[in-house]
Amino acid sequence: MTKRLIPSRRDVLKRGGALIVGFSFAADAAAQQRPLPPPTIRPGLPVRVPAPPARSLDLADVDAYLAIDISGTCTIYSGKVDLGTGTNTALRQIVAEELDIRFENTQMVTGDTQVTPDQGTTWGSLTIQVGGMQIRNAAATARQALVAEAVKRLAVKADELFIADGLITGGGSRATYGELVGGRAFLLKLDPANPAPTKNPRNHKFIGRSLPREDIPSKVMANFTYIHDFRVPNMLHGRVVRPPAIGARLQSVDETSVSGIPGFIKLVREGDFLGVVAENEWAAIRAGRELKATWSPSQTLPEQDKLWDHVRNTTVAASDTTSGTGDVEKAMATPNARLMKATYDFPINTHGSIGPSCAVAEFRDGKLTSWSASQATHNLRKQLATMFGLPAESVRCIYVEGAGCYGRNGHEDAAADAALLARAAGKPVRVQWSRADEHGWDPKGPPTLIDLRAAMDDRGNVAAWDSEFFLPQQTPSGFLVPLVAATLAGMPAENHIAPGNIFQNSAIPYRFPNVRTVCRRLETTPLRPSWIRTPGRMQNTFANECFADELAAVAKIDPIEFRKKYMDPADRRGHDVLDRLMTLAKWEKRPSPQVSPEGNVLKGRGMAYCKYELVRTYIGAVAEVEVDRVSGQIRVPKFYVVHDCGMIINPDGVKNQIEGNVIQTMSRTLIEEVKFNRSQVTSLDWESYPILTFPDIPDIVIDLISRPAEKPWGAGEPTSAVVPSAISNAVYDAIGVRLRSAPFTPQKVKAAVSDSALQAPDATPSLRRSRT
Amino acid sequence: MAIQKRLNVNGKLVVVKIDDPDMPLLYVLRDNMGLKGPKFGCGLAQCGACTVHVEGKPVRSCVTPLSQVTDRHRVVTLEGLTPTGARRAHPVQRAFVEEQAAQCGYCINGMIMESAALLATNKKPTEAEVKQALAKNLCRCGTHARIVRAVIRASKYTQG
Repeated sequence: MTKRLIPSRRDVLKRGGALIVGFSFAADAAAQQRPLPPPTIRPGLPVRVPAPPARSLDLADVDAYLAIDISGTCTIYSGKVDLGTGTNTALRQIVAEELDIRFENTQMVTGDTQVTPDQGTTWGSLTIQVGGMQIRNAAATARQALVAEAVKRLAVKADELFIADGLITGGGSRATYGELVGGRAFLLKLDPANPAPTKNPRNHKFIGRSLPREDIPSKVMANFTYIHDFRVPNMLHGRVVRPPAIGARLQSVDETSVSGIPGFIKLVREGDFLGVVAENEWAAIRAGRELKATWSPSQTLPEQDKLWDHVRNTTVAASDTTSGTGDVEKAMATPNARLMKATYDFPINTHGSIGPSCAVAEFRDGKLTSWSASQATHNLRKQLATMFGLPAESVRCIYVEGAGCYGRNGHEDAAADAALLARAAGKPVRVQWSRADEHGWDPKGPPTLIDLRAAMDDRGNVAAWDSEFFLPQQTPSGFLVPLVAATLAGMPAENHIAPGNIFQNSAIPYRFPNVRTVCRRLETTPLRPSWIRTPGRMQNTFANECFADELAAVAKIDPIEFRKKYMDPADRRGHDVLDRLMTLAKWEKRPSPQVSPEGNVLKGRGMAYCKYELVRTYIGAVAEVEVDRVSGQIRVPKFYVVHDCGMIINPDGVKNQIEGNVIQTMSRTLIEEVKFNRSQVTSLDWESYPILTFPDIPDIVIDLISRPAEKPWGAGEPTSAVVPSAISNAVYDAIGVRLRSAPFTPQKVKAAVSDSALQAPDATPSLRRSRT
Repeated sequence: MAIQKRLNVNGKLVVVKIDDPDMPLLYVLRDNMGLKGPKFGCGLAQCGACTVHVEGKPVRSCVTPLSQVTDRHRVVTLEGLTPTGARRAHPVQRAFVEEQAAQCGYCINGMIMESAALLATNKKPTEAEVKQALAKNLCRCGTHARIVRAVIRASKYTQG
């Protein structure tokens, strides 16, 4: 590692705070942690970090997150992984900032249960907000310790030291970080209640800059190693053969149907789990396709046409009131109150990773090593240990980046498949799912049904808001989506229903006098659920922000004005977002719908607002649409986003995420819906589950509100929350028709247009489906 | 029985051993040759992640049987897009880095190969033409806007 010894910029030590007295590096404590050879890391290349000596994985230890080698390079050990969102680059920026080292002298090791701390699943837009702040605290604490050590070694007062690029100078002497601590442990505890002071944002050199992502050059030049490219010596190739119906039992297998395929090695049957192992990938694919097996019939799914009746009739396991004020029933019963009600629904979605799930596993000496793109290797380790009856210490799960997952897709399931096949084969096995495996068997974003009611007084003021969300339960014992292989093989597993925290954003950011929001947590849901980007928050905000728009329309108030009227006036950041949104989108203040001009293709604009989980990132959006009343086609030529996530680590990284949120969620809103029959998913490829393509991409205009003095909040998913409602509200603005059921297909638009033609122009918004 | 197959990949003649003459080209590139550019995405020619050039034309290698490819066909993968020894990367690759036109990047192989083929025949495409050329390449992360910008940027380099 080359390193300039003469710093180009000198940074006077300005950060005060009490220096820790009496800390000690493990100076001679070779027994505690002997110097590790610095791992040579190229982005995307999985690192085989030497196993012993054990690193601290204690979340309270600086050493759990950081190690500085003798060359001064800082290796960052992060439990949060980069799912293709650029967080590795952002985490390196944070550490380079707080440690005062060069960005080039930082490197990442992520998601390896043996060497990275369990910072929780990489989800919920928490990598920077939570994981990054733990690492930031570790870096600031480490720097403080390095300064204290330099004070001793150089015999110079702390305030006479200069620090830059990992070099401390003062009084004519100098010491590099490598000299001060290289290869040794810090042996320092973090004190979350009294964290080491972090750098004044005015002096930021790395935070707030759009540094290019570390991984993009190698991805573009074909040097990057995805899990799909990962190989180990003596590795075999496996494929799974899933049942043709969920719950079908394997009755017989004819091995002779594949035994003649060159390279075929082994059939693996374990209960209803069926897989093949071969010397090479193509042989495994052929064997998987050609294997003849008979299965019992099974029909466990409801009829798709009656999905929403099924949801409505599912047993409620618990009712959770997520917010409540006043007396909704009393307000609704007030004479002269104008009552409104509506039902919204959002269908089942699949993650739709472009690269189907993939994993490699190896059993050796009773121990399992699993390489996968799991977003939660520590949880996967628990699940694999349970499945194979191993102590957790005997399982090591190592993250290798895959195709974007957008939540809990099939990566963990592929890891379980690979482990089961590897155990049977006695050699490492790589499993790659087919497209049909991925579409058919990755866990799904569950169907969401929402009933809303409101009462308005005769002056157009909202008196009451009442909502019911029909969502699958989240079993209390953990966010462990059952592994398909364990279920099919009848191996030990915990039987969770784990759709994630989908109750979030059922409560609203508006202060109506009477509010009740209740989540009916359903005992079951048709397909194995999990979280998909912005889980629950997106569907719930769809209903809330559309219904708010309905109220604004009835009150004949401009939709942004309406929201500002009911928002907490003290919530300045929320108001700022809406003010800047009006400027950005050149918003014309008027009620919706527009006064319709002639013609079949009509333009409209709609907005939506969200304060993520009511405690963090603020987003305001405006969609501009063109709706063809005859064909039912919706185009979204332009989409505006104002985004306040507090301190921004990497502005271009945040913009990249916002753009992704808009496009992906537009796709989910306009065209996506998992289709199924009574037995299984029938959307098994990209023709039966299309996603948005280039010709339909909107022009996205973004205004990032930068608040360097505030905490950094998440950006990976909040923007998705406002996309469906902004589009639905824009359609209403254009043609006066309210779309309450996603996806907004041309058929649904045409049906809504003909429905509305039967109604009086100023009718109270009607129920699309009557409530029982 | 294994058969030997001669191919011309990235300017080199290679001989690979295969069992099935109809195995798709993708698996020779990835498994026999260890190339990482072309990706398996669907095996159905629906997503474009596996795109390579055969005689300069973008081809879905996941559905191209080896029996249709000989050593007279020049196959170029993402690895070979920038010629060996070139001082700078291919304009499309440079532009993708400069525009930061990737998120997970799994589709990027197809995006670059498709765009490079477009620019070879249409040196100054409009934004609409770029979108049309990429209409059958899927991206799930929603990186489309950056990808279009990158292709337009690359078209300015190639006009040079």
